[in-house]
This record gives sequence, C-alpha cells and structure tokens, in this order.
Amino acid sequence: MTVKAMTSKEVTTKVFNKEKLFVLDVRNEGDFQDWKIEGENFSYLNIPYFDLLDGVEEIMNELPSDQEILVVCAKEGSSIMIAEMLSDEGLEVSYLQGGMKAWSEHLEPVKVGDLENGGELYQFVRIGKGCLSYMVVSNGEAAIVDATRMTDVYIQFAEGLGAKITHVFDTHLHADHISGGRTIAQNTGATYWLPPKDATEVIFEYQPLENGNDVTIGHTTINIHALYSPGHTIGSTSFVVDEKYLLSGDILFIDSIGRPDLAGMAEDWVKDLRESLYERYRKLSEELIVLPAHFMIIDELNEDGSVSEKLGTLYAQNHGLNIDDENEFRKLVTENLPPQPNAYQEIRQTNMGIISPDDEKQREMEIGPNRCAVR
Amino acid sequence: MNEIKANLILDAKGLACPMPIVKTKKAMTTLEAGQVLEVLATDKGSTADIKAWAGSTGHQYLGTLEDGDVLKHYLRKSSGEEATERKHPNVATNDELLTKLQNNDSIVVVDVREAAEYAFDHIPNSQSIPMGELESRLNELNKEDEIYVVCRTGNRSDFAAQKLAENGFTNVINVLPGMSQWTGETKSINN
Repeated sequence: MTVKAMTSKEVTTKVFNKEKLFVLDVRNEGDFQDWKIEGENFSYLNIPYFDLLDGVEEIMNELPSDQEILVVCAKEGSSIMIAEMLSDEGLEVSYLQGGMKAWSEHLEPVKVGDLENGGELYQFVRIGKGCLSYMVVSNGEAAIVDATRMTDVYIQFAEGLGAKITHVFDTHLHADHISGGRTIAQNTGATYWLPPKDATEVIFEYQPLENGNDVTIGHTTINIHALYSPGHTIGSTSFVVDEKYLLSGDILFIDSIGRPDLAGMAEDWVKDLRESLYERYRKLSEELIVLPAHFMIIDELNEDGSVSEKLGTLYAQNHGLNIDDENEFRKLVTENLPPQPNAYQEIRQTNMGIISPDDEKQREMEIGPNRCAVR
Repeated sequence: MNEIKANLILDAKGLACPMPIVKTKKAMTTLEAGQVLEVLATDKGSTADIKAWAGSTGHQYLGTLEDGDVLKHYLRKSSGEEATERKHPNVATNDELLTKLQNNDSIVVVDVREAAEYAFDHIPNSQSIPMGELESRLNELNKEDEIYVVCRTGNRSDFAAQKLAENGFTNVINVLPGMSQWTGETKSINN
C-alpha cells in the first residue's frame, strides 16, 4: 500500500470539524509530552521511531483498524519510515507533511465578521502554537495585528483580496513568537507601529503606538483605537476595531489571562495587569467581541475554528477576571506559573532587532507551545 | 579541540532524521561490548535522539562535542559488566575516596575507563589510563603510591587493580561502585 502525505491544513480541518484521528507520534517522549497536535477527538500513541527500527509488530495491536492513522515526527523523515513499515504490514496510514515543524508554522485564516461599511476582519489561527493574528480589510486597504514570521501568508492573503497592506501593528513586544511585523512593513511599505514603552531597546525605526491613537483603514470607514493596557508587558496596547471588536493582545484570553513575568518584571507589573483587566476593560462595552493574541487549549476554539467571545461573557466566566482579593490575584499571576516559552529571551531580542537568527534557528526557537497565559 | 579516541567513527553528516540513528544502530552491532563509537552528524535533533535511543537500548551515551556545524556524539556499547565477580581484596567506597580527596591526602586516582568516558565526566586531577592501555603504561605510575582505581561500576577497576598488584604495586585500592554513582566534583571537556 502507498503512504499518503497529510498536510497541516488537512489536519487543521479535522481539528475544526472535531473529527476523529489517531496520532502515532514517533518523537521522543519528552517532546511529545511538551507539545503535540491537539484535537478534541484525537487519540494518541507515542513511541519513539528508534524503538521501532526492528519492526512495528509490537505496536500493531495498539493501532485502531477503524480509524484514520497519522504518523507524526519532528520533520517528517522518521514518520515516512514508520508509515512505510506500517503500510508493509497492511495498514493504510498517512504521515504529517513537514512534521511538527510545518504544524508549528501553519496559519489558517478564519473570517471573524463583516465590519460596518463593507470591511472584513480575519483571524489567522496558528493552530499548532496557539498564536492568533488579525487582518482588518476595508476598501482596498489592510492592517495586520500581531503578525507571525510567516509573512508570505499575510501578503498573499491581502493580494488575494485585492487589498494593499498599509499598517502593521504589534500589541506588545512578543516573547513567545517572532514577529513578522517589521518584515511585512519593509516589504509592503506599510507603517509599523509598536508601543514605545516596549520598544526602548529596539534598534529599528517604528511608529510609536500610544493611547488614543486612531488609525484609519480604507476611506475613513474603520477606526482602530489604541487602548493602553499594560500588564503582560509595560507597553501592552489593545485595539478597539469598528467599535465592535476588542483585540486584547496578551492581556486577556478566553479562558485565561496574561502573565506578567516574561520580561522579568512580574512583581512590578501585577498592579498594571490588574488595573487593565479590572478597571480599563471594565469601562468598555460588554458587547465588544474579544479577540486575543493566543489560545491555550483547543477547547477555546469556536465551531468555525475562530477564537472569540463577548467581553461580558468573559467577565462572567473567566476565572482571571473574577478574583476579588488582590493578594490572591497577585499569587495567581506570580506563583506556580507555567514554564516559560522556549527561548523566550532570544525571541524578545530578535523582536527588538538585536539579534538576527537565520530561518532554521528561528524555527527552532519557536518550537513548542506558547505559554503566555495563566489560568 | 582535543581529540577523543573512539574504536569506530561513523560519518552521518548531512543525513536527516531517522538516518543518523538507523546508521548508529547498525554500526553498534559491529562493535564489541565496551567499545566506543563516535558519530558525526549535522542533524541538530540527533543529540536528543541518540541520547534517548541509548537509554532505551542500554548503551552508554557519553556526551557530545560541537565542532562548528558538526556534532560529535560518543557512545559506549553496553558491556554487561555488572554481572562479574570482583577479586581484588583492597576496596574503598566512593565516599571514602571523596574524603581522601577533600583532605588533600597524597593519593593517585587512576581512571581506567575509555578515554571518551573520561573526557565527558571525570574526577579532577585523576589520571586517565584506559584498561586496554594499562599494561603498556605501567611506567607512568609509582609502585609505592597509594593508588585508587576507578571505572564506571567497579569491574574494570577490579581487573586493573589486580593487574597492578601482579606487577608489584603494593598499595592499590579499587573504588566501589565508581563514576556511575560519583557525587563529588567532576570535570568535563565541555566546561
């Protein structure tokens, strides 16, 4: 039997549709435990490829006969070998094209909604890593928020819509992924906006993004208000788009809130974080639809694969918004934090322009989950 | 950079996963128990994989040196040395040796493991004389010195201690169990 390649896009469709899939992950146990393909109805077997070099007989009875099987490894080479061995035993299996490397880089655009006067808002779901970025399109112009380093995806998507990218924003200096904002701005002539308080060490030109800035996309149709909301970083800034959407960056997520420690300032920034979540956001309309820069777990995905929720619903349901006691809040966001993202210091330096690792190195730095939140 | 002696060098440069491990496994079958394999690889994932593969097969992963883009992995084929009976009567525990070292007693520590094992993890100021070279290098030691012989688990050092005693060394002590459980300070070529 032949072995088929399954693309990250096909796997993403299965995640969104809550389909079943049996994932045979042949990476090291540690790598698997740290980070894997998540799907609500996915089941798993992890056995390193090097334990199967003498044959796959020993795992044959652990594999289902009535379910699609996907063999996964880091870069695809080992998964092809194991898939072929399984195929020789008579099983029909696929391997993940490009492995977890490709999975980490896949972006799935999902339309979040139409804007007043004909614009559109898209969310780019980086399904393997939990990063979310955005494109606001109106009247032949596009703005991008929190772009990943897979810059071609945004540029081609905008071209497909016949829109010219005119503004690129980062809500804050990212520590979990390498920003594509500067590259997109360079390649398209767009303006690159960064909060100046996060940009004190950057070595390139940028447009300072400050509270109250209004940026217009298209013919005065869409306004993007900048709203200063420190806490994850000192410069963290949210956006209100079209008086309908709140792009919350890494301050507020669907089922969690931002962590204040990734720039080494946890104790100092706890108060800012609390003030942003409990006072600044409180003053906003509860009807605003929150669009965060991350999701943590696959349960946060809506039916269509998008990640969003009404601000009012989050005030009712998100644990991080419902801690009355300040000390308890301080404890939540400074103690027992999840491990820090892989290579987060180097990622911050890359985003400041201080270091310029090559593509291979950038990929390696970003491997793993994002871990920007606390629950 | 210091060269580390190996019984066999496998060139897996330019090969992508899974080939470095596939070739390592094959090369290992050609070695005798206790011998050292050096694997040259450029695939960055090979370090974690070789380490984990060695763990699951019982071979000893000794360490990795970086030489530009090339990774040099060192492995020692499992030897099953745990099973043998020890014969040298004069023994000391790891702790007893540690106390001697801390007191700066005038003693000599001879490490009879393979050079590659020694390179990645050894007692500071110990002298490396691999078991296989001992007979020809006896002149590097003094017969009157208080000599502590270490290896990984106490078996090779037992043979070495016997050998030294046969050759007229009067104060030879076998250290048990040896480097596998050593809690004192160590040195490595990597730091």
